[in-house]
Amino acid sequence: MRLLTHNMLTSKCVKGVMQGYPLGIQATKVQVMESDFNKDFVTRVIPKLDYSTLWNAAKTLGYSAELPETLVENYEGNEEFLRKVHHVLLEIEVVEGDLICPETGRKFPITSGIPNMLLNEDEVRY
Amino acid sequence: MTGTLKKYLMWFANEHLDFRLQPFWIAELSNEEDVKRLASRSVTLRYGIELWSHSDNPIHFHDTLRRLPSNVLEPYARPEVSFKVKVEVFGSSQTQEEKVQRIESFSYLGLRGPVKLNKPDVAFQYIEFYGLDDKNVPDQPYDYYFGRIVTEGQRDLISKLSLKKRIFIGNTSMDSQLSLIMANQGLVKNGSFVFDPFVGSGSLLVAAAQFGGYVLGADIDYLMLHGRSAPTRKQARHKPRHEESVMANMKQYGLSSQYVDLVIADFSLPLWSKTLKLDAIITDPPYGVREAMERLGTTKENKKISEKHLATHMPSKVQYTMTQLLHDLLVFAARHLRIDGRLVTWVPVIRSEYEETNLPKHECLRLLDNSEQILSTNASRRLLTYEKLKEPMVGY
Repeated sequence: MRLLTHNMLTSKCVKGVMQGYPLGIQATKVQVMESDFNKDFVTRVIPKLDYSTLWNAAKTLGYSAELPETLVENYEGNEEFLRKVHHVLLEIEVVEGDLICPETGRKFPITSGIPNMLLNEDEVRY
Repeated sequence: MTGTLKKYLMWFANEHLDFRLQPFWIAELSNEEDVKRLASRSVTLRYGIELWSHSDNPIHFHDTLRRLPSNVLEPYARPEVSFKVKVEVFGSSQTQEEKVQRIESFSYLGLRGPVKLNKPDVAFQYIEFYGLDDKNVPDQPYDYYFGRIVTEGQRDLISKLSLKKRIFIGNTSMDSQLSLIMANQGLVKNGSFVFDPFVGSGSLLVAAAQFGGYVLGADIDYLMLHGRSAPTRKQARHKPRHEESVMANMKQYGLSSQYVDLVIADFSLPLWSKTLKLDAIITDPPYGVREAMERLGTTKENKKISEKHLATHMPSKVQYTMTQLLHDLLVFAARHLRIDGRLVTWVPVIRSEYEETNLPKHECLRLLDNSEQILSTNASRRLLTYEKLKEPMVGY
């Protein structure tokens, strides 16, 4: 799971949960992989992000050092900043670990990089 | 040439007939670059041809060619320019002898260069169109076309991404041509963010990534996303899948930078925050025939899972009806697409019961295209393309 995905995931599926955001991360295995930098994509994705969630997630994984704590202004032309965001969004992958619902503590396991957000049938909100 | 439009003949492949208007389509474009740009994205286009003559009358047709302005013809008639003339008799047949006769009938063009069949400097295309009804072929063609081939479409991509050579496929993987058509319908381009909520083996993500999309997928099927479902290929039925995954496919085609993530999730439950804003949703939901339509749930009342079973429990599932699924899909698209973003999806149809008014609707989405692929006498599926017009009134 990359931090771009983490930035968009919630645990609203759990019965009784209101926001379910942001999900906590407990990682037991993290890998850094190379991904081609695409300026267009990063520039377009930034305004949709919850930036503080991204920064906190990067901090949890120990990769926030280079990333400013708040979104810089006029980032469109700031390639150095865009590359840092690209790195945090797409190059850091949680391979094994858990996502944690902030309201119930329910854990969602991440295995081989794929989060399992399925609930058991008795936890489902219908 | 600024300001004047030239005629180009767009020649489309004769398959997936409901997905295109005619095999031969005349487009008026300002220059060759536009033809090439169009062709760079079309997988149904065979050739883009600069149209030199077109008529339903053979005498007019050859007259126009004879009186071709020299500035059009001369650059390609010079002695150092190698050429070939291709002949297409569409909707009828020809012998080799007839083909040669047809080529020789153009001798008045005065092409002085050498004939070269393999990679000539310039290729000309002659087409006789005998119509689409193979039971009533006329004696004479309906239309005659002649022109210079400017470019080819992306037919090569179909074999490049063919399922036959793909590492990981499932039982209902979408073939590469239709996947590419879907990515085109979704207007996927460099840097687009694309999501498939019923991702399966990820065949739609491959096509979207090929055109520069960043791809995200979700599916309820744990075994499928982990590449542990029963093998699909007949010759490999006896051994479990090994190192098969959507990521492996992305690597196979050099598209791993475009891969964002897969998530195991039940589409019928809310999962995504409003930060998920997509350029396109491209999907092939389960029809309940070859892949079950399921969501999490139980028919037992007050069911509780005991502590000792919890760690290894696989949640039970109940039927997810097509009507409910499509309703959920359109609501999801209305929430998570950007304005002008597109939803491209298949819906299964019983042909005798089909009525366009029964297709799923949402006040924020407009149906742009609706093309049928016939599967059997009574069953087909329709590829629907919706465009998002506005934000829904009730958000999160």
